[in-house]
Amino acid sequence: MDHLKKIENMALFMRRKILDISFQSSHAAHLGGGLSMVEIMATLYAHILNFDKNKPNWEKRDRFILSKGHGVLGYFSALLAAGFISEEKYATYLTNESDLIAHPIMNLDLGIESSNGSLGQGLSMGIGIAYSAKKNKNLEYKAYVLLGDGECNEGSVWEAIMLAPQLKLDNLIAIVDYNKLQSDMTPSSEIINFGNLAAKFENFGWDVYDIDGHDIIQLVDAFEANHGDGKPKMIVANTVKGKGVSFMENNNEWHHNILTKSKYELALAELEG
Amino acid sequence: MGSRAVFGQAALSAGEKNPKLMMLSGDLGDSSGLARFKNSFPDRFINTGIAEQNMIGVAAGLAKEGHNVFATSFAPFLTLRSGEQIRMNLGYMKLNVKAVAIGSGLSMAFLGNSHYGLEDVAVMRSIPNLTIITPADCAEIVKVVHAAAKFDGPMYIRLTGGVGNPPVYTEEYDFEIGKSIVLRKGSDITIFATGSMVYESLEAAKILDHLGISSSVVNAHTLKPFDYSEVDKAILSSKTIITVEEHSIIGGLGSIVAEYKAKFTNSPAQLILGLPDNFGKTAEYRFLLEKYRLVGEKIAMDIQKFLKKSRLNNDRS
Repeated sequence: MDHLKKIENMALFMRRKILDISFQSSHAAHLGGGLSMVEIMATLYAHILNFDKNKPNWEKRDRFILSKGHGVLGYFSALLAAGFISEEKYATYLTNESDLIAHPIMNLDLGIESSNGSLGQGLSMGIGIAYSAKKNKNLEYKAYVLLGDGECNEGSVWEAIMLAPQLKLDNLIAIVDYNKLQSDMTPSSEIINFGNLAAKFENFGWDVYDIDGHDIIQLVDAFEANHGDGKPKMIVANTVKGKGVSFMENNNEWHHNILTKSKYELALAELEG
Repeated sequence: MGSRAVFGQAALSAGEKNPKLMMLSGDLGDSSGLARFKNSFPDRFINTGIAEQNMIGVAAGLAKEGHNVFATSFAPFLTLRSGEQIRMNLGYMKLNVKAVAIGSGLSMAFLGNSHYGLEDVAVMRSIPNLTIITPADCAEIVKVVHAAAKFDGPMYIRLTGGVGNPPVYTEEYDFEIGKSIVLRKGSDITIFATGSMVYESLEAAKILDHLGISSSVVNAHTLKPFDYSEVDKAILSSKTIITVEEHSIIGGLGSIVAEYKAKFTNSPAQLILGLPDNFGKTAEYRFLLEKYRLVGEKIAMDIQKFLKKSRLNNDRS
């Protein structure tokens, strides 16, 4: 199908752009978590989200919030692919006083809805946005919020998890990039063990989809599924940190690291091979 | 009527005039006097549960979509527990949220230090972009709520005083955000006061009159951006500047004036009256104000003592 090809192409383009800019910037970057979210973002920006890149403040646009703010590589590359960010702008990533740094800075002209970087805050904002849309019957936009699994250690996430079903926000879609590694080298399950994360969300009253977060057919199905029972939607996207570059996959040395020339060439060869 | 009931009434009338106004509460809607607002505008009130961090985030999302959102809780829960949410959403993103602390200062009485607002101004004032207002009495709470309902930007509103606040204002007056109000003019000293301490400072000024000390009293309702023009005048015309606040002596009104005054080589001495830097024992509100010498009579005594001491020091030099 056309849209699957489009998503696949965008994902490939994004991975390439993530490697390029990480190498060019010569600074350490959050590569692992940027790469694990690529299919989620490609599905959103190539197929699911309703937006007009020429009218970034269009009031009926779907709102996307990157709650896992350190995932900018997977975000800026999607905004580049979608046409919100130009190649010239993209090249300013991690340069002094750039609009594009290691965490999003609210800038609607670039398609960036909110400033993030402090974990555990985006879902709350998503609730406010979704509630506004419900209140204004002329606006049928949806609020999408991408969280990290490490981020779900934050208590404020669970405050939001509890409130959203109460307000019957079926226009709120949260996605957890469940890559099972966070900042330290220790696996997440040995830090805070969520066990069955999907079951936890379900118990809190969410409409939950537990899927492979790199399988675009499953992603599209989960985003498009409509149970219509007034529940907010939670997509637990099981992913691999560093996905697409074998030496980065499940290797938390790449949580935040510098991509040297030799490693860049190695990664690129793999991607294009 | 107490400050919370007045806040609730003002919220209701501001809500009638401003359809985009919303009220959020961390399960203190009734304590914040918001029951009538909730009944009148059910879809414009959300009890976000006992979860202040989420409340500020939800308020920010609503503000982002064009609402003017008031979010209320007790001072420490609002400013310290959700301090970072305020920093990100109100400070960094400048979203149109009014964080309203009910019962700041010592007014929570026997509920204890867990509920007191001792250091809220110090914390809020160091966050860029916030406007900070402490109304002096019930009439001013109404003015502030209506002004905030029209104001597009983040704000921290600090309510002090208990039930049956003594009135500072008995007649209609002009209130403007960021503009201090001179309530009394005198030639010897200038007292800057904020919130509940405006009334007490006026009482102190009356007593000082009888002792032959002529005092100006300035209602510094807006702590940020601060109206330094009255400080400029006081530097030129007063022998001593006094600040009075129901807040820690660290980081509040006293600091605001002292920081500004520091750059003038010949500025008058300053006496900072406020709460000591400690967690004291709990008691009735009035008892605590007496204990911390934040009542008219004791403010006057302390000012007189300070003036005497500085005169002696001057004579020696």
